[in-house]
Order: sequence, then structure tokens, then C-alpha cells
Amino acid sequence: MAQHTFRVNGESVTVDVADDVRLLWVLRDVLGITGPKYGCGINVCKACTSHINGKAFNPCSVQVKDVGPDDEITTIEGLPDTVGADLHPMQEAWLQRDVAQCGYCQPGQIMAAVALVRSVRAEGRAITDDDLDGIRNVCRCGTYTRIREAIRDGAERM
Amino acid sequence: MTTPDHPHAQSSVRAHGSPPDGVSRRRFIGFVVAGATLTVAAEVGGAAPASAAVPSVPQVPELYDLGDLQTHSALPTSQLITITVDDHGVAHFAIPRMEVGQGITTAAAMIIADELSMPVEDVRVTLAPARPELVFNQLTGGSNTMQSMFTPIRVAAAVARGALLRAAATALGATVDSLVAQGGVVTAPDGGRRTYAELSVAAASSSTTAVDVELTPTSSFDVIGTPHNRVDALDAVTGRKRFTMDLDVPDALPTMVCRPPTLNGSPRSVDNLAAVRALPGVTDVVVVETGVAVRADTFGQCIDAVRALRVTWAGGPVEGESDDSVLRRLKAAELPMSVPTVPLLAQTVDLRFEFMFRSSAALEPNCAIADVRDDRATVWAGLKAPIVAQRNIAKALGLPIARVAVNVVTGGGSFGHKLFGDAAIEAAKISRAMGKPVKLMWHRADEPRQGRTHPMATSRIRATLLAGEVLTFEQRHTSIKTDFSHGLGERLTAMASELPAGLGNLGLAESIFTLTQELPYDFGVVTQLLNEVDMGFNTGSMRNIYSPDVACANELFIDQLARKLRKDPLSFRLAFLRNERVKACLRKVAEVGRWGRAMPAGTAQGIAIHSEYKGATAVLVEIDCRPETVNRQVRDAVTGPRVTKAVIAIDAGLVVNPRGLEAQMMGGVSDGIALALTSSNHLQDGHFLEASWDNYFYTRQWNVPPTFECIVMPSDAELPGGAGEAGVAASVAATACAYARATGTVPTRFPVNHGTVSFTPKTFVPPVPPSPTDGLAHTY
Repeated sequence: MAQHTFRVNGESVTVDVADDVRLLWVLRDVLGITGPKYGCGINVCKACTSHINGKAFNPCSVQVKDVGPDDEITTIEGLPDTVGADLHPMQEAWLQRDVAQCGYCQPGQIMAAVALVRSVRAEGRAITDDDLDGIRNVCRCGTYTRIREAIRDGAERM
Repeated sequence: MTTPDHPHAQSSVRAHGSPPDGVSRRRFIGFVVAGATLTVAAEVGGAAPASAAVPSVPQVPELYDLGDLQTHSALPTSQLITITVDDHGVAHFAIPRMEVGQGITTAAAMIIADELSMPVEDVRVTLAPARPELVFNQLTGGSNTMQSMFTPIRVAAAVARGALLRAAATALGATVDSLVAQGGVVTAPDGGRRTYAELSVAAASSSTTAVDVELTPTSSFDVIGTPHNRVDALDAVTGRKRFTMDLDVPDALPTMVCRPPTLNGSPRSVDNLAAVRALPGVTDVVVVETGVAVRADTFGQCIDAVRALRVTWAGGPVEGESDDSVLRRLKAAELPMSVPTVPLLAQTVDLRFEFMFRSSAALEPNCAIADVRDDRATVWAGLKAPIVAQRNIAKALGLPIARVAVNVVTGGGSFGHKLFGDAAIEAAKISRAMGKPVKLMWHRADEPRQGRTHPMATSRIRATLLAGEVLTFEQRHTSIKTDFSHGLGERLTAMASELPAGLGNLGLAESIFTLTQELPYDFGVVTQLLNEVDMGFNTGSMRNIYSPDVACANELFIDQLARKLRKDPLSFRLAFLRNERVKACLRKVAEVGRWGRAMPAGTAQGIAIHSEYKGATAVLVEIDCRPETVNRQVRDAVTGPRVTKAVIAIDAGLVVNPRGLEAQMMGGVSDGIALALTSSNHLQDGHFLEASWDNYFYTRQWNVPPTFECIVMPSDAELPGGAGEAGVAASVAATACAYARATGTVPTRFPVNHGTVSFTPKTFVPPVPPSPTDGLAHTY
């Protein structure tokens, strides 16, 4: 066992866990942060999508030893705080469009959507159909059309 | 865990089946149940099943379908459902069904809010734990929840409303008839007001009393029929919605199972038990029937331990089998056609279609929490048939049913997968073997490889044509056995004497096939028969039982009939359809989707219909099969033909929540596209090759139609039909028809890309892939 310190949702945390445990399990099983979901464990389904230093990543594929005290992990639970509101504009758009069905993939979908909007904006352009086609998050309920609509809506609100 | 927190209330409302003779269809008897705050129950029993005589035309499901069977078998216990209004003015209802994303908790809250004239936000719908006294009234399936629960819930809510109004009349010194209830507040003509919160104690009764209630006429609904967002949407988008694996049950540590390399194999011996027990974080390793179970501090350490185990396995029932060998078994089992003699000049059309195995796994993998002690057990899991799961767990543990508590947790999808308590039973056995609570999760790789699949099937159809008419239509559907041990089979047996004549002589699966398959065309002599082959596969329904395959075969075949008769697919269908609701849906999608518009070569429209669940659907799709589209590249993905537009029209009878219905149709179209084009399991040498979403190609964003439209058809029906599965069948059929028209080749094996294995299969020993470490190289 080893101690690892990093930041989660605005707070510094220290966990006592083996170096190679993937961050998803540190979040879920050690810290009890259950917004990021398990859907495959091999960075395919994207249900665990969260942010590291503002960029989307998948904690199922990162060893805890690879994050340090200055790394800021944001899960769906901490997303509203990044804009100092009760809800992030993307979450508002999600509610407006009633996107969720079972809801299992939705935290990951929203975190991926926010990162997509940010990266497209950084390129100084608007979201295209190709951008939306490139989203890899699986929604087994198949609510993909509402996800696409909500991302465009959320982008306008952001 | 699933019980709402309402400390003062022991109350409930019950509802019961059909009205007494000579009373209007809206009058029912209910009960105000003894309690500290208002509790009511409804009585809705005794609806007579449909007539027992079934003429050869129309078909059985047009008179009595699987939904009727489910609804009627639930009726005798419908009075056991209760609604409570607490002293905060909040109505509580623990629905004896499972929410898996289909929106029944939202719909139930809307029904209660409408009948009680209160805000939807003040209705809390939770999931009831296993209640064995409900017998046949706690199974979520067959798109039957709204069909079977609409009236019982309304009756219970109406009893509550009556009791609140009577209490208000006393408090306000007014007559009941003069009061107006709105927004959870009762107002008297003189302006006096009482809230439900204030009335809930006064409305309570110290004894259980039967009361007559009259339901609100459908014309005065003001919540039912209006679009409403999901009641759990906020929890879903904030990560607060809790699924089984998110529950914090003391000492229930992460647990996984090292599974065999072949389907349903079993462990013979383990070479390195002691070494694996000593791995970091591992607390327990035990051998169980299904494999070797590992419990550890984190799931990550479970995965490492599963990968480290060295196990000798026995092969299992389908060792050595492959797609081709199973197809040969099916072909050999196909029942002969029995076409009556037709005139010599009649033309015959004969086609045979094959449908591959498909994984019904949801995104949330099989999982369950179990805490088994010597004399009792508690289980938490997503279960659509919790009474059956409870019974099976009790049997596995040798405990009385009353000592097994089964809590139903909202599911991260189901699609039929959670009809079975596989994970719950396995978790209970592991907990007993370890003597500790466990939180069992299946690895994703376990799902397509060892989990339930929709069975492989073939459908052969032969029709005869003469002078522009279809004289005969014969279908022989042959399937690997579908497992119905989740309780539907028991219902069928129990209701056998009530079933339409002739069904009693059929086997279980054949009865269900007959109760669900409806070919709403005038095609002369129609016979549709099922035969099954049992080879020991793990099967089940998958967002419907037979219909997506049967409809795909039928509608593709019908396009070929139309071609023979030189008719347009739309006009041919309109000419032969005998169901006006189906025709209305078909005309609507043709109009909205601009059927027949000019399209470039390599692209085409397809149109198809389906009739089931007391409703009708029609779908129009446009597909692009041009090389530049088919060959577009996406990493670790199947691209292929792209459905560029989908228009679906649904007549689902009385619609409780149009927004929820539209969501179900959107999901149905996504499923239909996957079934037609991309998603299947490949059986090779006794195991399925697929191990994750980069092998099992469910619809992804790059497969989604950029244009989607859903039309909810107006209906004057007094009751809801089914919705959850209703969108799939016509979607897969329309996609297949469009593909055939775009490519000029009628596909006969589904999904159409099954012939290509486009991935390198992941490891079978160990049974799960390693967890990646390069996640930080893929940030964006």
C-alpha cells in the first residue's frame, strides 16, 4: 500500500491504496464517488468519463500513481462547481431535453459533452455533425438523438 | 432501501379489476385502509378475459394477446397495491414493477397526480421489494406495466382523493360536491382552504372501509397525455441516481468471478488458490458452480485476481459448437410448410432468413449485493421478476422464502436481461460460501460471453400469389430455445383455462409465440408456427421476444411480394393491411418521411409496420449504402451503411407521457438499426468471440440517423398499450427493407455484417482483458 494525494472536485484527498489500482476504483470503491460508472473497464464505453485538469479522460485506464497532488480530477459531482452554480449549463440542457433514460451512461455523456464543447471552442469553431458522430460514449438505451440536441443546446448556454 | 421515508404513515390505497355489473366503466370499489395518515387501496378485480372462441381470422393476438394474459393474471392481486398520503402532503407509491429507464415511475407519478389533483413533484414512486403475495403481479416485461397498472393506480388515487375531500368537507363546513381540489389544495366556495398535508391525518381511518369511487373521465385529464420530464432526471444528470453498484452496504466488498473460456463451462480445479488469496487487496477466493469468485478491496484488484487465477475447466454443453453447427440444428428442426392446394397457375415466393445470437446486456453489467447469514439473506439487485428471484435464492440457500429479503434497485437498462436473477442468485451463493457480504459485478467481457443472449433463429416464409392476390402466407420460425423461467411461463400455465381455444394444446413457447405474433394483412390462409431447439444456451427476451426477427422477415418478404406484383411497397401494404391503426401510422410516416422522393443511387427508403401491444407502429428510414459512406473509418468501430433518416409513428393507445413514449421510440429505432446492420455475437468453438463494446457493435453516434422524427398518433383508446419494446420490430424491418432496396440484394442473414469478424477477439484465458494504463495519453 502507498499513499497518493490528488485533488477531487476541489478538495485535496489522500488515499492509501496500491500504486496500480485504476483511478475509477479509487474514486468509487475507496472515496465513494459513484458518479463515474463502470461499463467496460477498458476505455471503450466511456461511462466513467471525468475530467483531469479540465480535459476529459477515463479513470478506468489511469493508475493512481500517475496522478499527483496538483492534478485536479472533476467528476460529474463536481461539475457544477466549475461554473459556480447549482447545475452546469450542459446539465441544464440535459434536463431541458429530458435526455436520460436509464441514466447509467449520462454522467459520462455529460462530462464528454462539456469537454467536446470546450475543445471545439478552443479551435474557434462551432460543433459539427462530424464532432457529434465522433463521440464514443455508449448509450445502450439509444437516446443518441437527444444527446446530440442537448450538446448543441448546452454549447449555446456555456 | 426502496421504502419511502414516511414515519407516520402505514396507509395505502388499493385498486381492483373490473366494475360491478351495470355500473359505468369508470366506477370501482376501493378501500380506505386503517392508518395514521391517509392510506387507500383499490379493487379492480374480476375483468372477464376475452372470448374463448377464436376464429381462424383474425389471429389470436387481435382478440387476446400476451398483454391480456399478463394483465388478467395480475388482477386478482391488484388490490394489494397501496398509495399513502403523508402529513407533508406527499403521495407515496411503491410500484411492484422495475424502473430500468423505460419511465414507469414518471408515468405512475403522473397518473397519481392527475387523479389526486396534485403536483407530479409531490408524488414519490419507489420500487417495491419482492412481495410474494403479489404472485403474478410483480413482473416487469412484455411492455405491460402501463397496461396492467393504469386502472389499479387510478382507482387507488381516486379513493385517496375521495377521503381527502370528505375530510376537507368536515373541516371547511362544505359539501364534498362543492369542493375543488387543485395543486394539492382543497378549496371551498367561501374561499376556505386546506392542503393535503393538513388533511392527511383527518382523512385517515381507524378501520378499513370499502368505498365506491368514480374515476376522472379521460376528457378531463390534465397531467396524463401532456409531455413530462422524467422524475429522476435531476438525479441522473448530477450523478446522484444510485444503481446497485453505487449502494453502500456495510462490508459488501467488490466481488467478481473468473469464468470459464467456453459457454457454461465449470471449474474442475484451481492451481494457485493460495497465491491469489495473497494478492494485494484480496480477502477471499472460493470456487462456485459458475467459476472462481474473488472478493477484494476494489474491483480493480478483483480484475487482477481473476486474471491471475489458474483454473482447469470442464467444457460445458456447447463445447465445439459454432454458428454454422447451430444453424444446421435449426435447419433440421424447421417444420414443414402445409400449404393447402392452390391453383396451378399460382406463383410461389419462398425465402429463408437467419438471425444470429445477440447479447441483451445493458450498459450496467449484471450485478447484485448479497448479505447471506446462517438464518437469513438480504439481496439488492435490479430484478424485473423479484418474486421468482426470491424463490430461487431461497431454494439455493435452503432458507424459507420469508427469510430472504429481495430489494429491487433501479436498473441501468435491462432490455430483458434483468428478467432473470442470475447475478442475484450467484451473489447469494458466493456470499454464503465466503460467509461475508459481497457486491458482485460481472466484467463487461462476461456479458456477451456468458450472459443471456437473444437466441439464434431462422424464419422461412412461403406465399402463393394469383391474379394480384395473396392466397397463402406460411411462416416457420425456428429458434434456439428462449428461456421463460422468469415467471411468464407460470402465468401461462395458471391461466391456461382462460386462454383462447386451441392454445391449451401448445407448448409454452409456442403459446407465447401465438399470443404475440400478429400479421395484420389479408393474405388468405395464414399459418405462423414456432419450433425450438434446446442446446443449453443462456437465452432470454431482448426488447421483445420474437417480433423483431419475425417482423424483419415478414416485411422484407412483403417487399418481395410487392415487387412480384409490380406494386410500390407503400401501396401494396395499404392495399392488404386490414388494421386501420396500422394504416394510419403507415400513411403518417410516408407523408412525414416523403415516401417515394427521388434518391441517389446507392441510397433508398424502406418502410415497414408492426402491430403488437394493443398498438401499431410504422417506420420509414432512408439508408446510405454508397461506398464513401460504408467505408468511412472510425477507430475500433463498425461504420457500414448509415441510416440517414428515421421517422416512426406510434399508436400506443392512451398515452400517459408523450415525451417518455418518444424516448422509447428513439431507443427502439437505435436497437432496430443495430439488429439489422451491426450487432451480433459470433459463436466459434464453444464460445462467443465478443467481449466488449468494441466487439459488440450496438448503435453508436456514428451510426445514428442525423434526422429522427417520432409522431405520437392520436388515439381515443381508454387504456394505454405497450411502449418499451414497441419501437424495435418495425425499425429493424424498415432498415432491412431500405438496405435491400439500396443495394439491390435482399439480405437473408442478420445483422448484415455478421459475415465479417472485424476485431481481434480478446483473451479467453484469462477470461477478462487487462485494465489499460494509458488513459492520460487520450485526454481531450
